[in-house]
Order: sequence, then structure tokens, then C-alpha cells
Amino acid sequence: MTDRQDSLSSLDTFPKLLLDHGVNRPARVALREKDLGIWLTWTWSEVVGNVRALACGLASFGFERGDKVAIVGDNRPELYMAMMAIQSLGGVPVPVYQDSVAEEMQYVLEHAEVKFAIVEDQEQTDKVLSVQDRCPNLTGIIYNDPRGMRHYRQSDLFAYKEVQARGRHFDKDNPDYFLDEIAKGKGADVGVMLYTSGTTGRPKGVMLSHDNVIITSRNANARERFRDTDDVLAYLPMAWVGDHAISYGQALCAGYSVSCPESSDTVMIDLRELGPTSFFAPPRIFENILTNVMVRMEDAAWFKQKLFKYFMDIAKTTGIRLLEGQPVSFVERLKYGLGQVLVFGPLKDALGFSNLRVAYTGGEAIGPELFEFYRSIGVNLKQLYGQTEATVYVTIQPDGQVNSESVGTPVPDCEIKIDESTKEVLYRSPGVFVGYYKNDEATKETKTEDGWVHTGDAGYIDDVGHVRIIDRAKDVGKLNDGTMFAPKFLENKLKFHPNIREAVTFGDEKDFVTAFINIDLESMGNWAERNNLNYGSYVDLANRDEIYAIIQSNIEESNRSLAADPSLAGSQIKRFLILHKLLDADDGELTRTGKIRRKIVFERYDDLIQALYSDKDIIPIEAKVTFENGKEGVIKADLKIREAEVYASVQKAG
Amino acid sequence: MNETRNIGDTLLKVDNISLSFGGVKAITGVSLEIREREICAIIGPNGAGKTSMLNVINGFYHPQEGTITFGGEVRKQMRPHLAAAGGIARTFQNVALFTGMSTLDNIMTGRNLKMKKNFLWQALNIGPARKEELEHREFVEHIIDFLEIEAIRKTPVGRLPYGLQKRVELGRALAAEPKLLLLDEPMAGMNVEEKEDMCRFILDTNDEFGTTIGLIEHDMGVVMDLSDHVVVLDHGEKIADGVPDVVRADQNVIDAYLGVAHD
Repeated sequence: MTDRQDSLSSLDTFPKLLLDHGVNRPARVALREKDLGIWLTWTWSEVVGNVRALACGLASFGFERGDKVAIVGDNRPELYMAMMAIQSLGGVPVPVYQDSVAEEMQYVLEHAEVKFAIVEDQEQTDKVLSVQDRCPNLTGIIYNDPRGMRHYRQSDLFAYKEVQARGRHFDKDNPDYFLDEIAKGKGADVGVMLYTSGTTGRPKGVMLSHDNVIITSRNANARERFRDTDDVLAYLPMAWVGDHAISYGQALCAGYSVSCPESSDTVMIDLRELGPTSFFAPPRIFENILTNVMVRMEDAAWFKQKLFKYFMDIAKTTGIRLLEGQPVSFVERLKYGLGQVLVFGPLKDALGFSNLRVAYTGGEAIGPELFEFYRSIGVNLKQLYGQTEATVYVTIQPDGQVNSESVGTPVPDCEIKIDESTKEVLYRSPGVFVGYYKNDEATKETKTEDGWVHTGDAGYIDDVGHVRIIDRAKDVGKLNDGTMFAPKFLENKLKFHPNIREAVTFGDEKDFVTAFINIDLESMGNWAERNNLNYGSYVDLANRDEIYAIIQSNIEESNRSLAADPSLAGSQIKRFLILHKLLDADDGELTRTGKIRRKIVFERYDDLIQALYSDKDIIPIEAKVTFENGKEGVIKADLKIREAEVYASVQKAG
Repeated sequence: MNETRNIGDTLLKVDNISLSFGGVKAITGVSLEIREREICAIIGPNGAGKTSMLNVINGFYHPQEGTITFGGEVRKQMRPHLAAAGGIARTFQNVALFTGMSTLDNIMTGRNLKMKKNFLWQALNIGPARKEELEHREFVEHIIDFLEIEAIRKTPVGRLPYGLQKRVELGRALAAEPKLLLLDEPMAGMNVEEKEDMCRFILDTNDEFGTTIGLIEHDMGVVMDLSDHVVVLDHGEKIADGVPDVVRADQNVIDAYLGVAHD
């Protein structure tokens, strides 16, 4: 009995942490979910009760230690509790991307040899059922939302509540079982398996131990001052390591509350109602929010526009210095204060950023102007750099040392080094993964024997000790005159313009840099409407001279800022064209997370790339497209190629 | 799945209805039956009298001849509000919502007939009226959840795209907890994706709530997929009545849609 007590008080696994919260803060809110228009809450003691019932229910099906269980669905309290229940029994939850098609899901379910699948609703149940016969280990499916499930008669299909009811019976007959099983758990056990999205090849199952996640979470909580009073909105996929850290690992370590949105469409509304203290989003989301704000401001009345513009200019000069604690004059403070009342405050409130203590972005580089916008209105937006293999955190920008180019300094206990020859960034930390599941070869390629992990990213450490990531190591190239060519860096610069949705740049082993542009239909369409420009479709609008002129001025603006940096002046964009279609994940041109698949773009648009490096200024194209209803059609158009002005390199004065 | 559908007895019986406006005969001697829990489609070329038929059932038009039996009660003349109170709800061919009001409020208006407290009580929003309002709000929230329109709960419907407005209109009709739901071209003017969504909601409504559905639709694919039984009108007369496969093969129907072949 005392052994059990000792083990339970060691707090080295998540179920033990959960029990501890159940004792120390039983009435505090652990989980929230908005349902039928009302925020429902689960306190820590309710969570313990629910987890206990579900765990015992699973045990009644003959669950064994080490069994894997797939978790499929949007962020739901029941699914987070399911992860706790599985870990209580020494099992391993395997969250799966909820938007994966049946085939992708089948691969993960089969590869991970999952024994059960706990799914959100009918849609996910159908997907799992459709691949069930190819997953020999799968013995049961447990669904949470019973809607539409009345007609299902499968004998291995169970309702979440039904399993919990079974569990309560089991618990009555075996009152010690639950705590005994938790006490058997150790920090070194594999706690969770997360599949990487896989830009190249099949997804790999990253095994993370309880120690990995708990130590990394505690370090992050300490450095970023997360406490049990914090509030976060869990809206990013549960299968993504970032959500696992923020909404699960760090939440269970610090004891703060996690809220789940009503549906994926209501995230922005729920964000506003909730007012979280911390918010993580990839740059794309911050970009969308800003584009929305800008588009709506352009539709606003004349006076409001003036007001907005006036105070945003003040924010740009004053806001960032205030955030960094630099000296600011009294008059500036006064003006900023007025702006706070009239513009920034209401704006932050509308975005749900009123209570925000800190916001993070990562995964991709973020445009400096975008970054400055949020910081200038007083949102402490910071960049971080991480990987699934590191349990997210490798580096975070320290407060007061934030800029758009670096990704900050290593988190506590994390070491960084740069490979001299390849410029590849390597790290070693307590969060470094146990290995890839059933793939020792890949594990050896990625993790050295003394624990260093290859990131595949090229970067360097700058003079103030911050890590800077340039690009994927394999994408960085050189122009013929030897200038470094980092395509993603240039593309991100272009993409900050609200009119440019996507860009692909070329230049490796060429004389100069060229670009493909996708215009942003929302922003450009809005402009077209205001200027009485009629258009029928994306192709139609994209090919207008007026649009070309705007994009050209945007590119020239980016060129001017490139010219300011001598090492980048050579990679200004000289020629560009606007593509006749949006690059699309359905056509394989982007990954599901929205990253460009360069190889496919290179192959598919080879003739267009050739034309960019010829002296042609018009090129006829014919493209096959797949319409929404599955029919195929052909788009014919003459694409124009334009030249942008290239500026002489300017040395910074003084 | 079909064995669990259990389609019941006749819910609505239209017997030998004739309707004319002055000298124009809109409907001539049409009889049809809609049974409990089924989806019945009324189809036909333009001007066949489909919407007129719906308006007759709904009590908006008063036929010169014939009787209508609804839920076992025979009625000859019927006012729309009595039809609504009796459990018949409908949507319109062109959306008829309160454009300045939010989605939530629009659907709440569908509960109006179920609210027992008078206007004064409601204006004061105290005690029993408040309790009643909350109960109805809960019901409406279930509909919002069902139709997956949480994100537009508070958006004025005038700002919504057409496909969503149609969905809100369906929500308002469902709020009345109808026994018979009449849908007048629920998919007109929608794109493929919106049509698929709407089909799913119609099937789900029928399945989850057991609501009987009378449907007018032009899209033949939709009609054949959704319906248990199809009635075809042409020039105000019934030319076919039966399960989709039989109706599809019926020579009269082919002639009415494609024109008569002369050989």
C-alpha cells in the first residue's frame, strides 16, 4: 500500500498529475466546451471521475498495458479525458488528424496496431468502419456523439457513455484496480504516439515518453510563467504536437483550464467569448485575421478609416517600444493611451485578445510587417521553433527580445549546435523523442547516439545568441553570381502583402530570381468591387492589367526592402507571373498544412518557369482542372509575364 | 436501413382537388396521399401546379372542389395559421426570412405558436415568461446544432449567402415541430456542395425526428435519391404516382418532360 502511495506521489506520469489536481484543486475548472450555445465545464474532480469510469470501462474489455488506442476527432473534452484514461491503464493514445481521409487513417491505425479507436462522431465512425477489415488489431470502436448512430448494429461499436457505465460496475467489483494501474506507470513509459504529417513519404510515429512531455512542459511553463489561472482555447488538431503540449502536457502540469470550441467554424467567435490568456497559431491564421481586419476597415466609413490609420501609425512608433519596456516620452504615451481607448482596445476585444498575456507563432516564418502589427497594438506575439521529435519546444523568444527574424534562445535544458558544413541545426533536450515506432532506421538517421537530433533546417546563431532559421536545408540554393537564394524567405516576404496569397520563387542556378504569384481572391475581389471592375472568376480577375499593376507595385516594395540588406539585394524578384489557378492541396501542389510541394510545382509548371527565363512576355496555357462535382475541364488563357523594378543595394546609413 | 423506417398510415389525403383562378385552371381533380414518416416529392414541368398544390395543403389557397384530410380530420377550408397550429410547416421558393434579425431570432419566431405567454408577459421577461423563453431557446439550440449553423447564430440573416439562408429557413420550419414539413424547391439556385448538404439535412430530419416531408423539386437526381414516393403533375393533372423507379420509367412522365415523340 505504501509502495502505491509513493508511486502516486511521484507525479511522473499524467494520470498521477491528474489525481493530484483532483485532490489539490478539485473545484477549479479543468475543461470547458461550448455546446448548444452554452459553455459547459468539468472541474478537476469531475474529470477524475470521468476518466476513472472510462478507464475501468476499457479495462472491462480486456485492455492491457501497452495497448494503443486511436483518438479521432475535433478537440473535445471527452477525447482529452480519453487520453488520460488510456494512460491510466498504461496504454498509449495515438491521436489521428481528424480531417484525414479513410486511406490516410487506415495507414496510421494499421501501423500503430491500435486495439481501440475512440472517435468523436458518426463521420469519424464511418471512416474507421470503412477501413476496419484492414486493421486486424482493432477490436472496438467507441463513439462520443450518438447523433445519427441509432441504426448502427455492429457488435464492436460502443457509446462512450455506455463504456463509462460498464466501467462504474467494473470499478465497484475491483475498487483498487484504477489506482493500482496508475501506480504501475513510470515516467520512462511511452505516453503518446504522434504521427508526423509527412511532407516526404509515409508518416512516422513519434514515440514520446511521459518524461519527455512532462519535463518539457514544466520547463516551458517555468520560462513562460504559465500558472493554474491561465486559460487556453484548444482548437488546433489533437494529433499535432503543439496542441498536445499546450492543451494537454502543459495544462496538466500547471493545472490551467482548456476550452474546446463549439465547432471548427466558430473558433473566432469562441475566442472572443473566452478571452484566453495565451494563444498559439501558425502564421497563416494571424495573416487571415489581419486580412479580415484590413478588408473591413476599407469598407468602413471615412472617419473611422482616418482614425484607424492615425492611431495605427502611432502604434507602430510607440507600441513596440512600450512592449519591450524601452523609454517612451509622455506625449507618446498619452497618444498611445488614447489609441488604446479608441482603436486598439476595441480591436483586441473584437479579436478575443483582450486578456492575452502572450501569443505564439511558429512552424513557418512570419512577415515582419505582420509581426509588427500585432506587437504594435500590444499583443505580445513571440516566435518559437520546435518539432514533434522535441516535444515541440526547441527555442522561444524571451520577453523583450523579440524580432521577426530570429526564433529566440533555447528553452531550459536544451542545447543547440550548428553543423559546420551543412549549416543544419541540431539540438539535444529532455524532450527528445524515444524513437520512431517500428522504424529504427529512420530513428538512427535523425537521432545520433549521444542524443542530438537533426532538424533538417539550415540556420545560424546570431551575435546576440538567437537562433535564426533560413530555410529547409535542402531548399537553399545559390544564384549564378553566388548570391544565397532562400526561396521560402522571399516567398514569405511577398506573402505579407494582403493581395498575395501564395508565392513560389525560382532562382537556384539561375541568373536572377523570378516568381509565381497567387492573388488573394478575398482582398483583390474586394478591391475590384470597390473599383467597379467586373470579373467572372479567379482566372479572369488574375489576368487583369489592373491587378498586375498592383502586384507589381507590391513586388517592387518587397524588392526595395531586400535592397536594404546587402546580402539579399541580389535576390530581388525580376520577373513574375500571376498563375491562372490557386495552388491547391487537392491537386497535390500544397501539403495539407499549406506548405508548397516544390517538386510537384517544378514539374507541373516547367513550361511557365522556362518562359520566366526567356524574353517572352505572354505565354498561352492550357490546364486541366477538377471541378467540385468531380468533372474535369480545361482552362485556356494567355498568361502575362511582367518585369518588376530591381533596386540598387543601399548601404544602411550610420 | 429500410426495415427501421416503418412508414405509417396516411397522414395527409388530398381528394379530388380542383383549383382555378378566374378562368385559369391551376389544378384539376388531383388526389394524392402522403403517409407518416415518408418523403414524398411532387414534381412536374413549369406551370404544372406544384406550388399551387403546396399552397392548397398549407391553407393559403382555397380549392373550389375536393377535400383534404389531415391527421384523420377532414377539412375543406383552412387558414394558414390554423394549418401551422395543426402541425404543417413550410419553406418558400424564394427565401422569406426577417433579414435584419439574427439566425437565432429567426428560428425563435418558428416557436411563436408554441409560446403560451402573451405579449405583455414576454415584454416584461419575468418569471414564467422567462422560463418559457429559456425552454424554447434550448429547443432552438438543438436545431442550430442539428443544422450545423453555430457559427452564424448571431449573424443577421441578410448578410448570409443564399445556401445558408435556405438552411436557416429550414431551421425555422423545424422549430415549429411540424408533423408535415413542406419544402418548396429547397435546392433551387444552390451549388453542388450546398445541394449535398441540404439533401443530408432533409434525410436527417426525416430520420431523426420522424418528420413527414412533402417536397417540390426540379433536380431530378435529388428527387429520385431522396423520395420514398413521387407524384408527377402536368398541366394541373396528376399523370403518375409511385416509387421513384416506376415513375422514372413511366411513359407519360417521359413525354411530359421531354415532349411527346412522334413516330
